[in-house]
Amino acid sequence: MARIIVVTSGKGGVGKTTTSAAIAMGLALKGHRTAVIDFDVGLRNLDLIMGCERRVVYDFVNVINGEATLNQALIRDKRCENLFILPASQTRDKESLSIEGVGKVLNELSENFTYIVCDSPAGIERGATLAMYFADDAVVVTNPEVSSVRDSDRMLGILASKSRRAEMGEEPIKEYLLLTRYAPQRVKLGEMLSVDDVQEILSLHLLGVIPESKAVLNASNSGTPVILDEKSDAGQAYYDVVRRYLGEEVPHRFLDEEKKGLFGRLFRG
Amino acid sequence: MGLLDYFRSSRPATASIAKERLQILVAHERAERNKPDYLPMLQKELLEVIRKYVNVDQNAISVTMEQDDNREVLELNIVLPDEGERKRAHRP
Repeated sequence: MARIIVVTSGKGGVGKTTTSAAIAMGLALKGHRTAVIDFDVGLRNLDLIMGCERRVVYDFVNVINGEATLNQALIRDKRCENLFILPASQTRDKESLSIEGVGKVLNELSENFTYIVCDSPAGIERGATLAMYFADDAVVVTNPEVSSVRDSDRMLGILASKSRRAEMGEEPIKEYLLLTRYAPQRVKLGEMLSVDDVQEILSLHLLGVIPESKAVLNASNSGTPVILDEKSDAGQAYYDVVRRYLGEEVPHRFLDEEKKGLFGRLFRG
Repeated sequence: MGLLDYFRSSRPATASIAKERLQILVAHERAERNKPDYLPMLQKELLEVIRKYVNVDQNAISVTMEQDDNREVLELNIVLPDEGERKRAHRP
């Protein structure tokens, strides 16, 4: 049986797809057979972030409708043989996803994979609710910003009431906080919510903090999950996240401002 | 602090405002969604019963549920019409 992880947030643009790509690649690099699914039907982008947009032949909806087999639709990553991508359909609408269809595909994937990462679309409509419905674990991606924190809390409410685990009365979904686009220097100036503030408001287990980083745009420009940029702060932070998720004790990094030289200190900002 | 910071006008620390606003909002929204789903039905039926005896307004009743760590309080609030209106209501 695979472990199903949903990457969710409610609000758009906070880094769900970046996170899905990074975590899926990280788990695969750690030797686990991993599939990552794009649930954003009509607005697919995971393929682009993963750098496999030109290899998409069949998609998630084709598999649900029986127009293609799972093996035909899954794209094997060229950098890591343990990683497979199931792209979303670009031409259909969100109503093409049904709870039975999604359940069937996840079941079939479960037989051959250890982890299934579900990249949720923004919002609380069908794609988003189905991405989380079958989840065992949820990574709630949040920016240190009021609307994102509020939306994350809203998602926590939905995770706790409208998931399969909630409906079956099983053990609840494990929820993790992933704070992204964190700028320690702005936190220090009192301009940005701190990681402690966000944690206090949401009372969630902290999986990691990803610093605001140029590496993220560079990675998406080239279709490489940022976790593969081992020299970058964001890449290292995502690698820590994966290790923590797998149960390793890893101290949090990038929470404080990096030390600057005299020149940088004088002319900062 | 960088040297240039000393020349900047002192701005208020907006993060603490954000935190306070969010704490209030999140507490409120959590209380809303933790409400049992029978509350609207309960309110409707109570109103029907009360209106058999007293001519109260549709909006004269409010049912709220509050929760803290060790207890739940179901609060029922009915605003009765004033004396004059009540007499009028009872006249055949």
